[in-house]
Amino acid sequence: MEGAHTQASGMGGMRTAGDLVARMQMTRRMRLKEAKAYVAGKLGCTVRDLFDPTAMEEIRIAKGLGTLPFTSSVRPGDAGMIEAKFNISKTLDIPINCVERFKARVGLG
Amino acid sequence: MGDGALVEMTPAEIRADLEAGTEAAAKRSKSPVLTDAELDHLSEIFCSNSRFTGVDIGDEVVLSFDGCGSQDLGTRVNDLQYYEQYLCADSLELYHHDYSYKPAKAVMPFEQVVMRQAQFVTTAPLGYGAMPDLGLYTVPDGPVPNWSQLLPLGRIDESRAAQEEAVELAVADIVFVTDEMVEAGIEFIDLDTAGAAGDADFLAALRAIERIRARHPDLGIQIGMAGEFVLGMHGELEYDGVRLAGLWPLDQARLAAKAGVTIFGPAINTNTGKSIAWNVARTLTIAKPCCEASTVPVHLNGGMGVGGVPMHVCPAGDATCRASRAAVEILRLDGL
Repeated sequence: MEGAHTQASGMGGMRTAGDLVARMQMTRRMRLKEAKAYVAGKLGCTVRDLFDPTAMEEIRIAKGLGTLPFTSSVRPGDAGMIEAKFNISKTLDIPINCVERFKARVGLG
Repeated sequence: MGDGALVEMTPAEIRADLEAGTEAAAKRSKSPVLTDAELDHLSEIFCSNSRFTGVDIGDEVVLSFDGCGSQDLGTRVNDLQYYEQYLCADSLELYHHDYSYKPAKAVMPFEQVVMRQAQFVTTAPLGYGAMPDLGLYTVPDGPVPNWSQLLPLGRIDESRAAQEEAVELAVADIVFVTDEMVEAGIEFIDLDTAGAAGDADFLAALRAIERIRARHPDLGIQIGMAGEFVLGMHGELEYDGVRLAGLWPLDQARLAAKAGVTIFGPAINTNTGKSIAWNVARTLTIAKPCCEASTVPVHLNGGMGVGGVPMHVCPAGDATCRASRAAVEILRLDGL
């Protein structure tokens, strides 16, 4: 069932920019159109790029936003997992709770 | 069919079911019926012989998942990674297998450890979810008299007092769990299946959200409803001056937004004796006013037995994708 929804209507999560758009809905109550426009503006790309996995892979690697680890982020120099959340917080200009706590616990806050 | 059975229908039968579904919904919820153009579009979706269908390129929506994973393979952290990497979820949700705040509270230190581990190895927004589940506060499972036993005896006042007491206990547990999970790094909290025990259950969710919003201004708060209509188990409870019993999604969303949610999830139940076309038309008719008027993103519940998806543990893909596409295209959803 989850797979059917993903293929039928889903943005694509980290394959694309679904997780980034989701963050704007969750933290800023933005409805879909506004959230997509906000993310595209912050990434410096078009709204169409947000659901294009090829375009988004390049953007995500360039900005350190994390990619799926079975594709390109297996390269040790690329940001992944929680590292990527630090860059997402900065790029989207939103606080991310676990990032703030990480900073505080290691003395970066 | 709504129970998952595969049936063959003619285009005329499908059209008749779509019209019957929207009329049934309009009669009950007092929402307008779907327009002819919308019914034409639904007919096109349901009359296709293709195994799979989807929205137009560019019309994709955010998919949030309550309770990620089956907890049958690997660890719960593996479940979250699987949803992030293979199912392409746009947000992830850790959950305790009892999926209620009351039992989750008792194991919170263990849940916090798993949450912290999961935060290190995932990137998508990761939150924690459970149900208010007011029934767990009644005897024999909890301290409060059981209103399901009192109501048939006509002991209305005692039943109402018990529900009001349970609301306070549930609110305290939900806020406690949220505080602890914020400490562990969550990015959102999900109050799922809210209103399952009726108007008192929904009130507990709203009051908890209000307190959580005051304590954690930047936290994402998602609510998913239990059904299309708030049952009046108490009957006189109000939030912000609005009587909760009998509320449909439009007013549910207004109150949830007022309390402080960032995402609202209406739930429209599937009728197992009717076709998926009938159920989808009914779902869209009930949900449409809410989607049009909401001030916060709307993620329609599209799991087993809601949102036109068959009530089956493994809903057929052909039915699920049609329900998914229809909801996104007719309702202009923010997510599912």
